Amino acid sequence: MRRIISILLLVIVAFGISLSLAKIPFGVPKTKVGKHYINEGVKETGAVNIVTSVVVSYRGFDTLGEVTVLFIAAIGLGVVLSASRKKAMREVTPASLVLSTGCRVLFPLILIFGTYIFIHGHLTPGGGFQGGAIIASGFLLIYLGCRERRISRAASNLAESLGGLVFIIIGLLGLVSGGYFLLNFLPKGTANTLFSAGIIPIIYIAIGFKVGSELASIIDNLIEES
Amino acid sequence: MSFLDNYIYYIGAFGLILIGLYIILVKHNLIKVIVGLGILDTGVNLFLISVGYITKGTAPIFSRPGIDSEHMVDPVPQALVLTAIVIGVAVLALALSLAIRLYQHYGTLNLRKIREQRW
Repeated sequence: MRRIISILLLVIVAFGISLSLAKIPFGVPKTKVGKHYINEGVKETGAVNIVTSVVVSYRGFDTLGEVTVLFIAAIGLGVVLSASRKKAMREVTPASLVLSTGCRVLFPLILIFGTYIFIHGHLTPGGGFQGGAIIASGFLLIYLGCRERRISRAASNLAESLGGLVFIIIGLLGLVSGGYFLLNFLPKGTANTLFSAGIIPIIYIAIGFKVGSELASIIDNLIEES
Repeated sequence: MSFLDNYIYYIGAFGLILIGLYIILVKHNLIKVIVGLGILDTGVNLFLISVGYITKGTAPIFSRPGIDSEHMVDPVPQALVLTAIVIGVAVLALALSLAIRLYQHYGTLNLRKIREQRW
């Protein structure tokens, strides 16, 4: 009975969606604002990666909200899981020599790769969110391979708080220097070089630290529970 | 055939969304419901990306001088999806942690057997 009702509901939803989708052409430019970002983005923000300039500069306030959503999800996960956790340290059998050595060799390389991704966010594909996810995958490798190791909660919390603080302080500095929140007040430099685009790389580095430490703390909480 | 050529990405994305909705509505196991949530999330991201696509499009990055901006895809949906993917991972982890607590409390993941969750 429930299955029939669900399928009927899905058929109705699919019908409504197909009616509205038939009006949307595929593969043609649809928004004027996207065209403006492509044509004027390099001149206005100094970042050659237009997606980065949209995320950090044009819609920087939006990104602040999205980072907050991520923060609340990580906090909620910590609260839900640590509500009744027993403090008993379980005995873990150490992994084999090959596995733990391989993890120890790979871990710094993954960290360097993630750092490269978020430092060059305004030049190449990538940025703070992607670099943070790569760094968190490095911590996941350590948790799976060298099972007796743990990241320190204090360092993770420090990186997370610093990332958020840097984002907000740079936004407020833009407000103070005579403009609006998240004004790009630093010199833009020449495009296509590492030190260009003003505040965009700084904010993306802050986002990288914040996302990396938040995802690492999510992994930490989930593994503690198992 | 041209209909399929034009709409295959929309059809694929909304196929994923409908599959995810079906799993969420029908399945009894909470882990399967969360998997359905993940599939739905993927479908929505795919749909947003395909709305911004332009025929013969390239990435909106001026990596070398003299690159033509005529065929660059729309950067706005890409920027939205970029953050939505990371947030989707975090929300999925939050849902899994709630599932862990439900299992500790009720001893089962079957939604039919958890009295407060039945519909």
